[in-house]
Amino acid sequence: MLGKLSLSAIPLDVPILVGTFLGVAVIGLAVLGAVTYYGKWGYLWRDWLTTVDHKRLAVMYIILAIVMLFRGFADAIMMRTQLALAYKGNPGYLPPHHYDQIFSAHGTIMIFFMAMAFMTGLMNLVVPLQIGARDVAFPFLNSLSFYMTLVGALLINISLFIGEFAQCGWLVYPPLSEMQFSPGVGVDYYIWAVQISGVGTLLTGVNFFTTIVKMRAPGMGWMQMPVFTWTAFCTTVLIMVSFPVLTVTLALLSLDRYLGMHFFTNDAGGNVMLYLSMIWTWGHPEVYILVIPAFGVFSEVTATFSQKPLFGYKTMVYATCSIMVLSFVVWVHHFFTMGAGANVNTFFGIMTMIIAVPTGVKIFNWLFTMYKGRVEFTAPMHWTLGFMITFSIGGMTGVMMAMPAADWILHNSLFLIAHFHNVIIGGVYFGYIAGMGFWFPKAFGFKLNEAWGKRAFWCWFVGFYLAFIPLYVLGLEGMTRRMNHYDNPDWYPWMLVAEVGAIVIALGIVCQLTQLYVSIRDRNLPENLDLTGDPWNGRTLEWSISSPPPAYNFAVIPDIHGLDTFHTEKQLGLKAHGKPLAPIHMPKNTSAGVFIGLFSFILGFASIWYIWWLAAIGLIGIVATMILRSADRDVDYYVPVSEIEHNEEVYSRRIAAAQAAE
Amino acid sequence: MAHEATMSPLAHADDHHGEHHETPNVFGFWLYLMTDCILFGSIFAAFAVLRNQYAGGPSGKELFDLTNVGIETAILLFSSITYGFASLNALAKNKTMVLLWLAVTFVLGVSFVGLELNEFSSMIAEGNGPDRSAFLSAFFTLVGTHGLHVTCGLIWMVVLMVQMMGPQDLSERMMNKLACLSLFWHFLDIVWICVFSFVYLAGVM
Repeated sequence: MLGKLSLSAIPLDVPILVGTFLGVAVIGLAVLGAVTYYGKWGYLWRDWLTTVDHKRLAVMYIILAIVMLFRGFADAIMMRTQLALAYKGNPGYLPPHHYDQIFSAHGTIMIFFMAMAFMTGLMNLVVPLQIGARDVAFPFLNSLSFYMTLVGALLINISLFIGEFAQCGWLVYPPLSEMQFSPGVGVDYYIWAVQISGVGTLLTGVNFFTTIVKMRAPGMGWMQMPVFTWTAFCTTVLIMVSFPVLTVTLALLSLDRYLGMHFFTNDAGGNVMLYLSMIWTWGHPEVYILVIPAFGVFSEVTATFSQKPLFGYKTMVYATCSIMVLSFVVWVHHFFTMGAGANVNTFFGIMTMIIAVPTGVKIFNWLFTMYKGRVEFTAPMHWTLGFMITFSIGGMTGVMMAMPAADWILHNSLFLIAHFHNVIIGGVYFGYIAGMGFWFPKAFGFKLNEAWGKRAFWCWFVGFYLAFIPLYVLGLEGMTRRMNHYDNPDWYPWMLVAEVGAIVIALGIVCQLTQLYVSIRDRNLPENLDLTGDPWNGRTLEWSISSPPPAYNFAVIPDIHGLDTFHTEKQLGLKAHGKPLAPIHMPKNTSAGVFIGLFSFILGFASIWYIWWLAAIGLIGIVATMILRSADRDVDYYVPVSEIEHNEEVYSRRIAAAQAAE
Repeated sequence: MAHEATMSPLAHADDHHGEHHETPNVFGFWLYLMTDCILFGSIFAAFAVLRNQYAGGPSGKELFDLTNVGIETAILLFSSITYGFASLNALAKNKTMVLLWLAVTFVLGVSFVGLELNEFSSMIAEGNGPDRSAFLSAFFTLVGTHGLHVTCGLIWMVVLMVQMMGPQDLSERMMNKLACLSLFWHFLDIVWICVFSFVYLAGVM
């Protein structure tokens, strides 16, 4: 009846988990209680949960990403603490069985549910606004994508309290992840969480590609697109090309596990190397899916706060596209030691080194944008400068590892861990936080606190170097990754430094939370309010409308005459349009996404635990909801002119108030 | 500087409000099909790697019955033609004929899936199921994924037929849906031609 599920699946014997569960339960009940107490369920359901508005979905994505950051970081600091203790006979406080789950969950959560969710959130918030569109091409699919991501995140977190998580790393390499060696539900949790959220990501890719190709404002040719939109475009291409490969790879692994097939098993002709090749065919483009939009953020931030147009717009576009293409011909560098042979390794080594060229072009473009600009050292600009330094170092250690001969020594060592954290924290995370600070006023109508933002930056920046430079040294000294305890006295001091680094990063996160709290508390102070919708003297279309924008974004679709048209017109003192207002056609909110998400959750959870009748209900529910949605004819409405006029008038009064204040 | 393809369909709707604007459904569906193409490509790649890993079990030569596969292929290709007739009638706004041709397509599709299930079940009954060898795992997965797609297409077809008899009729939205299903159906044909050539023919030769 309940498949593999029984009371013994709840890890009551692990005090850390029981404590965490109580914490989560208390916070969860407090939130639910607060929503009930203030009678906000209706508001939450109508205005947020069922929304198809890309700006609100963006906010929900980013909230999810921040929550997942806490979870992922909690894992990280637990690992660092374990290694600061587990030296010379001391077993530390995490047994291998638990420790292995933690490092697997850390990677999975940070990549799929922190970084991917954050990236999708930023894309949702910014892309339609930058191209002068009123929503994305498929608003309902957008809502569905969010729920798929959310369900994946839920499944992975439920594995904390019911059953266990995978113990074979964030990419669950076989044969360790096969039934023979991992008979528990951990790998199944991984597979279903990643598969479900992967479907969501694929839909996002299709959705935003269509949006960017088909819905740009009149006059916006390819070379008039803002750089962030260009990077989002390249990312959607990468998503569409690489995510189906991930889906297939994990599907084949699940066929091995569920139906006893032999794709990646040791026996009956299975091929483990096939898995490595396939997973990295997705995995390498994936890191560019994450970092390319961050490059877009840095481009917008640098140009805006240097008060100059971006240096080398065209080379920036070409560099982004080259990186997009090259990211598909380097995957073998993740397993040079597999034995593909000298010629193959040489090809992939050279290709990997070549990627440094377009990336270098970008770094120089940002530097030259700042050159002779009037640089304003705001918090987003701090993250950007921190990125340029950190990412360059990470890039160079990457080129070192691109040499197959060097990789032979560094493979699977902490040097590798240091390298990819160097580029992912220094590139991806710094970029997203810069983007969050930059576009926060657009989403909410008030700015984030600068002082706390800078404090957060300095903690992260210093903490990063303290935590990861020791890992480079340890890697060169031969310490491998995923080690639970060790005896080498040379490693011990470095592990202590890394622990201090993790604590400094924790302070950075505390500063970020404080920043959010202080900013919300002081949101109505005149210096924080964004009345004009253009708090930074911005260059692109999103700054031409009120903050937060109305649901339909643009009362009148702007005409584009070149790059940064909004900024040019602002300089020339041109007033907008004069086009007559017309009723605006908009999609209606829908609960179909919520329900498909709910049924996907049921399908995933039931399949993990082999509860087949429940899985059938989940599957039927998904199909039935889709059919009902496709029969629904009441999916859109028109915003009347009177309402648009009213909104426009409120907006002009706010601008007038802002001008009077000056 | 502005050209048609970059015009916002929503902006377009402003000029003739009152009309329903066209969402770029068919374009989006094309993109989805391309991702599906990569999905099949990955399974083909896995099949290419594992096609000789018999693990002491039977090879394609011993298992495949080309007559049966030939009939399957003929049925599927023919169903593409009948879907084409449905599309032509949809353009001519002849609903009865659309329903009729869709029904014929449906019957052909069901026969295809039936023959495939029959082939699968007899192989499994002889002890040559997907867990026998890596080659058979890859074979069942590749052919089965195609079959699963066809099954989804059949469910979709029924849904559209029922909706067409209801208030959606042959509205703009329904025409879009028919166009998407049409792309899907023809796409599955192309995939099948690859399956036929690289799995069955190459397996027997």
